[in-house]
This record gives sequence, C-alpha cells and structure tokens, in this order.
Amino acid sequence: MTPLLEVRDLRTQFRTDDGLLQAVDGVSFSVEPGQVLGIVGESGCGKSVTCLTIMGLNEKRGTTSTGEVLFRGEDLLKASPKRLRAIRGDEIAMIFQDPMTSLNPVHKVGTQLMEAVSLHRDVSRKEARARALELLEAVRIPRADRRIDDYPHQFSGGMRQRVMIAMALINSPDVLIADEPTTALDVTTQAQILDLLKQLQKDFGTAIIMITHDLGVVAETCDDVVVMYSAKVVEHAPVDEIFERPQHPYTWGLMGSLPRLDIVVDRLQQIPGQPPSLLNPPSGCRFHPRCPYTMTVCKQTQPALAGVPGDVFHEQACHLDQTTKDREAAKLLAAVAGVPA
Amino acid sequence: MFQYLIRRILWAGVLFLAVTMVTYVIFFLVPANPARLAAGQSATPERVREVEKFLGVDQPVYIQYVKFLKRLVLEGSLGQSFVTRQSVNEEIFRAAPVTASLVFGAMILVLLVAIPLGIFSALRPRSLLDRAAMTYVLIGISLPSFWIGLVLAYVVGFKLGLTPIAGYCEVISVPEASICGGVVDWAYRLVLPWSTLAIVVAGTYVRFVRAEVMETMNQDYVRTARAKGAPERQVMSSHILRNAMLPVVTMIGMDIGLLLGGSIFIEVVFGLPGLGGTALESIGRFDLPTLQGVVIFGALAIIVLTLIVDLLYAWIDPRIRLT
Repeated sequence: MTPLLEVRDLRTQFRTDDGLLQAVDGVSFSVEPGQVLGIVGESGCGKSVTCLTIMGLNEKRGTTSTGEVLFRGEDLLKASPKRLRAIRGDEIAMIFQDPMTSLNPVHKVGTQLMEAVSLHRDVSRKEARARALELLEAVRIPRADRRIDDYPHQFSGGMRQRVMIAMALINSPDVLIADEPTTALDVTTQAQILDLLKQLQKDFGTAIIMITHDLGVVAETCDDVVVMYSAKVVEHAPVDEIFERPQHPYTWGLMGSLPRLDIVVDRLQQIPGQPPSLLNPPSGCRFHPRCPYTMTVCKQTQPALAGVPGDVFHEQACHLDQTTKDREAAKLLAAVAGVPA
Repeated sequence: MFQYLIRRILWAGVLFLAVTMVTYVIFFLVPANPARLAAGQSATPERVREVEKFLGVDQPVYIQYVKFLKRLVLEGSLGQSFVTRQSVNEEIFRAAPVTASLVFGAMILVLLVAIPLGIFSALRPRSLLDRAAMTYVLIGISLPSFWIGLVLAYVVGFKLGLTPIAGYCEVISVPEASICGGVVDWAYRLVLPWSTLAIVVAGTYVRFVRAEVMETMNQDYVRTARAKGAPERQVMSSHILRNAMLPVVTMIGMDIGLLLGGSIFIEVVFGLPGLGGTALESIGRFDLPTLQGVVIFGALAIIVLTLIVDLLYAWIDPRIRLT
C-alpha cells in the first residue's frame, strides 16, 4: 500500500540573528490512511516545526526546507501557494495546542466554521451553516443549534478545543495534524478530548499525526510512534514495541519520568540537563551530554537510524550494543512495573 | 446597555462641572480686570466700577459661577461676550463648523494614508517602504504643525500658486458679502490645512497601525485561518485588521475630541475662523464667557466621542460588554 503521507529526509532551517537554526534535521516517516502516528519529544525538539512544514505554515522569510513531503505522491514542498491553500483545511487539517487563542475572538464560532467550509466547497450560506451545525453536534457540543451563534469567549477551553476539532474535520480531511491538542487542558477534559478524537478517527477514517510530549497520550491513541530529540528522529516503532522494547536511552528517560499513581515511587525520575541548543548542537550523538551510557564513539559519530533485530518496523539511532539495550530496557520495564501501591 | 448609557451621562455631568469650575478658577487667578479692559483706557475709576457691576465681575467668584451654571442649565445660554456683547452661543455655532471641517477632513486623510501605509510596513518590515514610512513618522512627530503649515503655505500656496494661502469658505449658509462659497471652494481652501494636520497626526497612526498589525499577525487565530486554507487577503481583512483596528478606533476618538477643542496653531496659520482662534482671542481680551464657551464645547466633544468609541468598541469586539 502506498502511504497517504510520506515525509522523506525533511530538513528545515531558520535564519536567526544568532545564525542558522536547524529545527528539523533529516526526519522521515510515513502515515497510512486511518493510521494514528505519534510524534513525541521535549519542547523545542522540532515536532511542531515538522508539522508546520508539512502544512507550509512556517514563516516564509528566513526559512528553508529541503527533502520531500509526499502527499499522495505530490511533493508539498514544491507545491504552489495556491495548491497548498487548496490542500490546507480540506485534505490536511490541523488543530493547535492552545484553544484559548486559536479562535478569532471577534467572529462567531459558527462564522469561523462556515468560513472553513466555504473556502473549499461551493456551497450556499445555508448549507455551510448546516454542515457547521452537524460538526458541532459531532464533537458533542450541547445545544449546538444555539451555541453556533456564540463567540469563542463564551466557550470553555475544552469546548473551544471541540470547536477547533470540528473546524478541522469539517471538510473530512484525510490527515489531521493535532499539535499537542490536550496540553493546555485540565486532566479530565484531556481524557474527553482524546476519547472524542479516537471516536471521530473511527467515524471519519482520518489519519492523525498526534504531536505530544505525553507518553500517556501516545499509549492511549497511537499506532506508531516517532521519538524526536534535538531535531532528529531517535526511535521509530509501533506503539507496542516502544513500550515493550524501547531501544534508545532518551526513550528510556521519557518512560522513566512518567508519573504513576499505581506504584510506589520515591521520587519522579528526570532526564538530567537541558535540551541542547539547535543553533550549536553537540557533536556526535546529540543526546550524549545527557546520556548515562555515553561512550567515546557517541561524542564523535552521529549514530544512523538502523533496524532493530527481530522487529522489521522498529528503528533506533544509538551506538549501544544490542545486549546492553535489551538488558537496560528489561530493567526499566521491571522498574516501571514496580511495586503495586 | 441602557444603564450603561445613563451612568456615562451622569459621569459626563460630573466631568462637565469639574471642567467649568477649573476654567473659572484659573481665569480669576489671573491678576487682570476684564472691566478695565472693556471700559477703555481713559475710563475713570467710577466708570470701571460701573462696568464691573454690569459684567457681574464685582461679585465673588462662587456667585458668578452659580449664576453661570443657572443660566446655562435653565436657558441653555453661555452668556454674552464681555467684549462684543454678542451671544457666546452664536459665536460657538459660527466657529465650531470651521474647526469640525478642518478636523474631520484631516482625520479622513490620516486614515486613508496611515492604514495602508501601516499595513504595508507591517507586512514587509525593514523593507525600503517600511524604512521610508518610519522616516516620515519621525518627521511627522518631530516637526511642529505651524512650521509644516507655513512651509506648505509658502511652497504650495505662494510659490506654486496651487492653493489659496489662507481663508475659509462657508459650505451651506454663504453670507452675501462673501466672495466664495459652496463645497468646491470650501474644500479648495481647506486643502492645505487638512494636509498640514494630516501630516502631523498621520505619523503616529502609521506607527500605531504597523505595531498593531504586526502583533496581531502573530496571533494563533491568524495561523488557524491560514491552516483553514484562507488566502492572505482574507486573512488580513477578516482576521487581522478587525482585531488590529480596536486600539486605533480608541485613538481616533480621543484625537478627534482633542482636536475639536482647538487646533489653534493650524487655524492661526491658515486664518481659519475656528474655535482655536476664538479661544486665543478671548484669552487676550479676558473675555471669560467666550473662553468658557470654547472650553465647554471642547469638553463636550471629548465626552461624546469617548462614548461613541466605547459603543463602537463593543460592536467590534464581542468580548466587551457594556454593563
């Protein structure tokens, strides 16, 4: 099966006052129809920029992108602005992290939804409104027929994110990019939004790229996971594999730092140090200054993304030998399984 | 909404009292006797006292003030000029349209220039156009209006002979003795004053529109609009401008109010018989009722315009509720 969306060796650079910033450095992945792909990593690791580049939404001045973004075989990096506009919001849609600021405060919610329809479909106002109402009901906004004429400030954060989801799905896109859709919401609302996304994903058959820093979200929603660190992919695997046999020390760090209520933990683990500057990244493996397993080779040579023996879909970029990796992964899983509370 | 209006009107009343009171106090702090001026240089002390009594300035300040208020509230009259004995109401009604013509015409020019220029500057920061616009802003803010007015009058009016140098023409009720009248003459005479005022004021607005548009461009909802596939023109008109114009509306309202109270320099330079000139003249002649009239008109203009701004604001931005 040909992938719906395929990203090949994507590199995005920003020109800043302090020099060139390599925000995305050789990222590749692909998304099949109806699949949910998670992109995980710390703030500033290039997750969002990757997706903004796919959408062609980066600031044009001072930004260069190379590589390929193939959507049904068409390279979006080479597409005209007009063609990109036709794709955005119709075939590929996006929802953002902060629902409080992502809706225009001076327009009614219904108007903003209708705008999304009429930009891509030749429909009357009445039809656009009917579609908007249909979607507001689909994202379970109570009394949608009345709320459609409300302004964004009359909605709560969770409700606004529902509106954003409705707006993204209104033209039944093939791909939905969700950039930390639950980060700005409180925990109970997070769960509701995730459930809603999962349900809609089933109903609409939309492929989703879920950007998050929360492995819990990944475990709950994704089929495949890409772990990014400092603009690069360090591990890429099906979700079960990542949780059963994580191969990269950074992934271990992420898993070790998950807060747990069901087991006794003295202290939450953390990955020591700060994410490296993308203006001047470390030599060799970019994780080496924070990695507890650093060897000499790590400081000199950048590890390439390579297959993991025994699993064709699993890729990782680490110099450690397989025995050590499997041993450490097993140790971590035992610790995470832990003593029940 | 209705409650809000009532409260605003009550506040306007308080403000009005404060403004008139301050004008009275300041006027009587000046050690000059309007009666002596009105009576003439060769008047005897008895004659001066008679005039004092006639004008009412022999009484204590607070009694004069109460009389003034009573006349204003009961008869709607601002009194008579100390000097000409003309009704101040008439004087204001004659001068206000002149100033209003100047101010509103200039503000339209300001917006016609500042909004497009501000937007283009914001879209292409550090471009040649942006730098040229910012240079102009600096000039507009730094140069005094009377200087710009005099230079324009000299170059455009005198050297090139393109426009009249000074004077004003009525639009509607043209006096019989007048040499000109009608909309064309009116606008022709006002071209230079409008340009002068616009050059001075537009600088600030270009800068302001540019800053607001730049800030709004980075808002998340603008990115949302682009993610929907909206073309740039629609993003600008429907999503950026409406939000960016909010503070601009406030500023326009305040500025129109302030300018109506007196664009003295420009009126003097171009010989416009507006409120600024009236105020200046009345100060020189210690003509309290006329001065008070101008002050009240100016205060009223600001009060009314801020109210209009608030109502407009609520209309543009639904988050603002007038309660």
